[in-house]
Amino acid sequence: MKLSNGFSIGQFIPGDSFVHSLDPRCKIIVTFVLLAGLFMAGNPADFVLWAACLAICSAASRVKFSSILRSGRPVLFLVVFTVVLNLFWTPGREIFRIGFLKITEEGLILAFVMGLRLYFLVMFAAVLMMTTSPMSFSDGLERLLSPLAILRFPVSEMAMMMTIALRFIPTLFEETDRILKAQISRGADFESGGLLKRARSYIPVLVPLFVLVFARAENLATAMESRCYVPGAPRTRMNPLSWSVRDTNALLYAIFFVALSKLWTMYMPQMARLLTHA
Amino acid sequence: MSLEAENVTYSYNVGAAAENVALGGVSLTVNRGEWVSVVGHTGSGKSTLAQHLNLLLFPSSGRVLIDGESAREGSPRARELRRKVGLVFQYPESQFFSDTVREEIEFAPSNWGVVGPELEECVDEAVEASGLDPSLLESNPFRLSGGERRRVAIASVIAMKPDYLVLDEPTAGLDASGVRDLTRILNDIRSGGLAVVQVTHDLKSALEHSDRILVLERGRAVITGAPWEIALYLASNPVQGLILPPLARFAHRMRMRGIDVPIHCEVSAIVEALERSRGARQ
Amino acid sequence: MEQERIFSIRGAVYSYKGATAPALDGIDLEVAPGEWIALLGANGSGKSTLAKICNALLAPTQGACFALGLDSSDPDCVPLIRQGVALVFQNPEDQIVCAIVEEDVAFGPENLALSPDDIRGRVDRALELTGLSELRRRGSHTLSGGQKQRLALAGALALEPRALVLDEATSMLDPEGRASLLECLRELNRRGMTMIQITHIMEDTAYASRIAVMESGRIVWDGSPSDFWGGEYLRRGFDEPGELALYRELRSRGLILPDTRPVVEDILEALCL
Repeated sequence: MKLSNGFSIGQFIPGDSFVHSLDPRCKIIVTFVLLAGLFMAGNPADFVLWAACLAICSAASRVKFSSILRSGRPVLFLVVFTVVLNLFWTPGREIFRIGFLKITEEGLILAFVMGLRLYFLVMFAAVLMMTTSPMSFSDGLERLLSPLAILRFPVSEMAMMMTIALRFIPTLFEETDRILKAQISRGADFESGGLLKRARSYIPVLVPLFVLVFARAENLATAMESRCYVPGAPRTRMNPLSWSVRDTNALLYAIFFVALSKLWTMYMPQMARLLTHA
Repeated sequence: MSLEAENVTYSYNVGAAAENVALGGVSLTVNRGEWVSVVGHTGSGKSTLAQHLNLLLFPSSGRVLIDGESAREGSPRARELRRKVGLVFQYPESQFFSDTVREEIEFAPSNWGVVGPELEECVDEAVEASGLDPSLLESNPFRLSGGERRRVAIASVIAMKPDYLVLDEPTAGLDASGVRDLTRILNDIRSGGLAVVQVTHDLKSALEHSDRILVLERGRAVITGAPWEIALYLASNPVQGLILPPLARFAHRMRMRGIDVPIHCEVSAIVEALERSRGARQ
Repeated sequence: MEQERIFSIRGAVYSYKGATAPALDGIDLEVAPGEWIALLGANGSGKSTLAKICNALLAPTQGACFALGLDSSDPDCVPLIRQGVALVFQNPEDQIVCAIVEEDVAFGPENLALSPDDIRGRVDRALELTGLSELRRRGSHTLSGGQKQRLALAGALALEPRALVLDEATSMLDPEGRASLLECLRELNRRGMTMIQITHIMEDTAYASRIAVMESGRIVWDGSPSDFWGGEYLRRGFDEPGELALYRELRSRGLILPDTRPVVEDILEALCL
């Protein structure tokens, strides 16, 4: 397996869908609005609505629903960990017991909610990353954080660092893969032995990787300098950000949706009770 | 005793939309003491094949036999067999991690449990075979010149005493004198009984040094044969990314004009053939 | 006086901190507009340092370097020199700053704080010249080696420079990638671009109008390709391309052949084959 496929959460896929055409600032704010809404979701049934929201995002961005679903895979371990933690360590009404481990009704619900919440969070973040080029993402973030510049916070340098970091993630994974293979072919063994021995066995991978990253960083800095980059100097953009009506609309949709989900959370139990009684 | 790839097929990203067939049924046999080159354009699958020979990758169909034996992925046998096939990656000096050249060369044999005087012997032999100056053993590998670093990298693989040595673009980044030195070293290694498998996009170098050549194009084997067979084939059947060296192109034109000259030959042979034909005409 | 020269380097010396010998040890080089100089030399002969001097990434510790008539040791001139003299390095991976092809080409002009329309125009032209227009929305990491190097070239061209300095720009490419890059350069030179091409691959010098040889920080030979291929390369210990060996042999046997560096086709023609 190629390492790079397993780790990146949402690699940008160029396109010209509705979501692609939105201002990155809008997309970042919308993502935060949705995440805030997601954290208010406390009922397993709420996630039906959130799944519908994700389906709409998928349609509006022309990113396949299946690839959005897959995007959460890198954090699957974290999700399972959260689920297990909540499942066994939530006090409440016991419904099941294996030895000293007991599962409570509250635990079951909480585990379910927390797990889904985390997974949905990653999926929404993935939609953002898959539809926003790294450059415009960091542009958007730079503009959103620009008030901080008054406090002498180096916002534009930060944004440039992020652009570069995002650009080099695939390269870094390729290089790691190559060094790993090269050391395996020289007999390195990353699988046997205790924790300490295994940790030590990664030195022959980490040292060359650091050397490489530093050499790369130096070369890149030289190349950027030769292309007239001066840290902190004013720059312009080929695609200046412009907030249009559709951005305002998208933001309103998101707020509307979160409000709707809040209502759903509040009234769904009553509705359900009403329906079952009828 | 030989290293064999039998009908090896391999894809990256299996099942994904971007599934990419890197090798589609490629076979190759390498005998000890032989110099075999695998040539092809970037993306022809030659590096993927090299990694199969060293059991870093395992074919999705077909098999790789090392001295008649194959092994399953992740099995202890695979690790043992891997020792018989040394693989020198492209730009191998980017794998250095030690403070001294000696430690770097000791890495591979000690991974296979070689210790004490035996380890020292491995290092000494590798240093000699790779043409490295023994006085550099205690110096920092990162401070050496490009050509010296390449030798350390090769020594660090030879030290595990492989029977087959696979090199991916071994001359990349070296200047003319570096290339000459390296070619001489590889020839010596081959004379010492090892097999040399050179993976390269440099057709000229492959034609000059190999006993046999495998030509790959987009993951498929185009032809396998002696250098003269390859030159003859490529003169009339262009393959992506491979350019016939000038002399072979020249010889090919002469042959088209009915002048009898070997396609793969030295300048002197061409000149003699030319004079012969002029003499015959006059 | 300076305006007539793209580069005017006089007695340039450069030493890296902590190094025992200077990397450049008294370089004199005059380059006129439209020239294509191939700079040959072994690894460590100081070629890359000279490239950085040309682009004002380094200023000579002694002597002077005037690029486009501007003094590279004058901080006010440095931005103008970098804009007028673009650099392409060996490893394309190290020069690509952005993840999307057109965004990367725009990086240079964006640093010049030009207007969006101006930037777009430059990006379009640079992509056109390098044959990458079709790939402009692609992720830069998905390109082949040759395409990546052409992207690095496009990034340099978007600065609309008068001269290009290529530091081993073809050495990591396969023959196909190398040929496509060289074709690109040839077209640029035809349109008047001045070139300094550092290389150790003899075949890459095919289009050069002048050849200079460096050894331990000095230019030890500087002349025309026909003088170089007429025998100088042998005295300097360079590898002899096959067709040259043949050419030499044929000439020594009294066959009259053209007096430039021959290609196979020229020899064939001369022999009426």
